[in-house]
Amino acid sequence: MSIRSLVAERRVIICCGSGGVGKTTTAAALALTAARRGRRACVVTIDPARRLADTLGLAGLTDQAAEIDPALWAVGGPDLVPGGSLSALMLDTKSTFDRLVTRNAPDPEQAARILDNRFYRNVSGALGGTQEYMAMEKLHELHDEGGFDLIVVDTPPTRHALDFLDAPERLLRLLDNRIFRLLMTPTRVSMRVASVAVQTFLHTVGRVVGSEVVDDVIEFLRAFDGMEEGFRSRADAVGALLADSGTAFVLVTSPRRDAVEEATFFAERLAEDARAIAALVVNRVHPDFGGADPTGLRATATALAAATDAATDTAARRLGIAYENLADFRAVAILEREHLAGLRGRTADTVYVPYLAHDVHDFATLREVGTLLTDATA
Amino acid sequence: MEVARFCSSSRVMIVAGKGGVGKTTVAATLAVTAARAGLRVLVVEVEGKSGLPAMFGAPPLGYEELDLAPSVRARFLTPDAALVDYLENHGMRRISRRLAASGALDVVATAVPGMKDILVLGKVKGLEAGRTADLVIVDAPAAGHAITFLTSARGLLDAVRVGPIRTQAQDVVDLLSDPARCQVLLVTLPEETPVSEVVETAFAVEDRAGVALGPVIVNQCFAALPEGVTADVDAIRADAAACGRFVPEREAGDLAAALAFRAERHRLQRAQVDRLAERLPLPRIELPFVFTPDVTRPQLDLLADALATGIGAL
Repeated sequence: MSIRSLVAERRVIICCGSGGVGKTTTAAALALTAARRGRRACVVTIDPARRLADTLGLAGLTDQAAEIDPALWAVGGPDLVPGGSLSALMLDTKSTFDRLVTRNAPDPEQAARILDNRFYRNVSGALGGTQEYMAMEKLHELHDEGGFDLIVVDTPPTRHALDFLDAPERLLRLLDNRIFRLLMTPTRVSMRVASVAVQTFLHTVGRVVGSEVVDDVIEFLRAFDGMEEGFRSRADAVGALLADSGTAFVLVTSPRRDAVEEATFFAERLAEDARAIAALVVNRVHPDFGGADPTGLRATATALAAATDAATDTAARRLGIAYENLADFRAVAILEREHLAGLRGRTADTVYVPYLAHDVHDFATLREVGTLLTDATA
Repeated sequence: MEVARFCSSSRVMIVAGKGGVGKTTVAATLAVTAARAGLRVLVVEVEGKSGLPAMFGAPPLGYEELDLAPSVRARFLTPDAALVDYLENHGMRRISRRLAASGALDVVATAVPGMKDILVLGKVKGLEAGRTADLVIVDAPAAGHAITFLTSARGLLDAVRVGPIRTQAQDVVDLLSDPARCQVLLVTLPEETPVSEVVETAFAVEDRAGVALGPVIVNQCFAALPEGVTADVDAIRADAAACGRFVPEREAGDLAAALAFRAERHRLQRAQVDRLAERLPLPRIELPFVFTPDVTRPQLDLLADALATGIGAL
C-alpha cells in the first residue's frame, strides 16, 4: 500500500527499524502530512533530537498529547485540507508506568506501596523492555481515548529493531515471576523443593548485592501480587491492536549494512506472524547520477591521468578528477541499491529519501520529507 | 604525536557515540592502526551481533578471542554473560537454564541499576590487567546508553555501601578515572544533530563519569574539490574540448552534478566541524567518507592511513 494511502486511511502507523536511521523524523513527517490532509493526527516520539522536540512543542514534558498551534504548521501550499490537527508527545516511561500501576491496583494504598518501592523505581529505568512496553501502552491509551484519526508511533532507538516486538515480554516476565511466587506460597511438596533452590538463589544474591536490595524486591513482588493479570491482559489488548487491519508497520532504514540487516530481520519476523510491512522508507540515499558503469568511468579517468601533453595537462587532470568522482558516486549508488534489493522485495511500496542538504527539525523541512514520502511512486 | 605513542597512551580505549555514526568502523580502524604500530590489540564487542568480524572477512564472534588479523583479536562481552559469570563466581552454582529463563537474572540486574554495565567494565578491567593485549578497544553500546554505561559505577558507589558488587564498582571507577588506563574516544558525523549530541555527551561524560576524553573522531568527511576543479558543465565541456575528448551531453551533466553534490556536502560538513570546534575544545581527527555502504579490509586500510595521519597531527 502506498504511503499516501497509509497516511490517508490507517488508524495506527508504527515506524520500526534500528536506531540512527531517521525514524523519528519519518514519524513526525507522516503525522504532519496527515494533519495537512485534514486528519487529526498525533505523533508519539521516544527520544527526539532537541531542535525537533522544540518544534513539536515537547519542551514542556507532560507525557500527554499536546496540540500544536495550526498557525505553525498549517501554512502554505496547495496540499492543505481543512479540519486537520497535529499533536505530539514525548514518551515518559516512568509516568506511563505509574499510571498503569495506579489504574490496576485494587486500592490507592497498594498503588502507593508499589510507587514508593525502590525496586519498582529501578524497573522503569534499568529493565530493558520497559520503554517498549510503555510506548505500546501509550498507543493503547491514545487509541482508546479517541480523538485521533491517526496515531504515528516512533519506536525506541535500539540497535536491534526486533527489541520492539520482543522486549515487552521481559517486563511481563519480571512482573509475573513464578520463581518468586514459589517462594511466597509453596503449597505442594514439589514446589517446596523448588522453593529451596530459590531461597539459595536469593541468599547468594543478597550476599552479592546487599540484603536490603533483595528485601526491596520481595516487598515489591508482594505489593504487586495479583496485579500481573491486569498487565498481561493490557498487553494482550495491545497485541490485538497491533494485529488489527487498521495498523500499519512502516519499516525505516538507511543503506548501511547493519541497518538493512536489522530491517530484514524485522520484516522476516513479521512475515512469521503472517503480517506484512506496509511500506519501506530508505533514508540518506545517494543520488543515481545517471546510471553509467563505474568501470568505464574509471578507465576514462585513468586514460586522462596518463595524458602527457603539457598543453592539455591541466584540463586532462581536472576532467580526470571529475570522472573519478562520478565513478565513486556511481559505485556507492549501485552498492546501496544492491544492498537494499533483498529488502525491497518484501513490500510493495519502497520510498528512497535522498540525503538532504539540511537537518530536518522544522515544519518546512518536515513538510518536504512528507511530500517526498507520499508523492513518490513505488 | 607518534602513532605508537598515541595507541599506548591508555591501555583501554572506549569508542562511544550515538547509533549510526560509525563506532564499530572506528573501533576496527583503530585496531588496524595500533596493530600496524606494533601493538597487540583486543577488540571487545558489548552488544550482541556485531558488524566487526565481517569487516575482516571473519566468522561471527564468540566469547573466546578470535583472530581477525595479525595482532588483532576480538570477542564478545555481553552484559548478560557478564552477569551470569559474576554470579557463578560468587557462590551461585551453575545458573540453571530454568533460572535464567524465569527472569530471575533480570530481577537481579534490575535490582541494582547499572550492575550489568559495571560487570562488563569489570571484565574489561580484568582483560586490561591480564596484559595479553597491549590495547583493549571497547566498542561501546550505542545511543544515550554510553553515558549510563560510563556513569553507573559512580552511581552504585552512592547507593550500595558494602559487598562484592561495591568493590567491583570501585575498581571500575578507578579504571575509568585513570587516563593511563582508560580514555574515551567519541565518534560523530559532521552533521547538525550528531554534533549537538556529541557535545552534550562529552560534557556529561566528563562531569559525571570523570573519565578522560581522547580526540573526537569525525567520521565520513568529504574531501574538498581539488584546486581548480569546479562543478560547472561549461567548464567540463571546455576541458573535454581542450583534451580532444568527446563527452556526451548527459554525461557532462552527470559529471557536474556529482561534483556539485560533493562540493555541497563538503561545505555543509565544514560548517558543522567549525561548530563542533567552537563548542567542544577537544582535538579532532577526521576520517574520510568511504564510497561503499560496507566497510571491508581495503577500506579499513585506507581509514587506518587517515587515522595515522590524524594522530600524527595531534
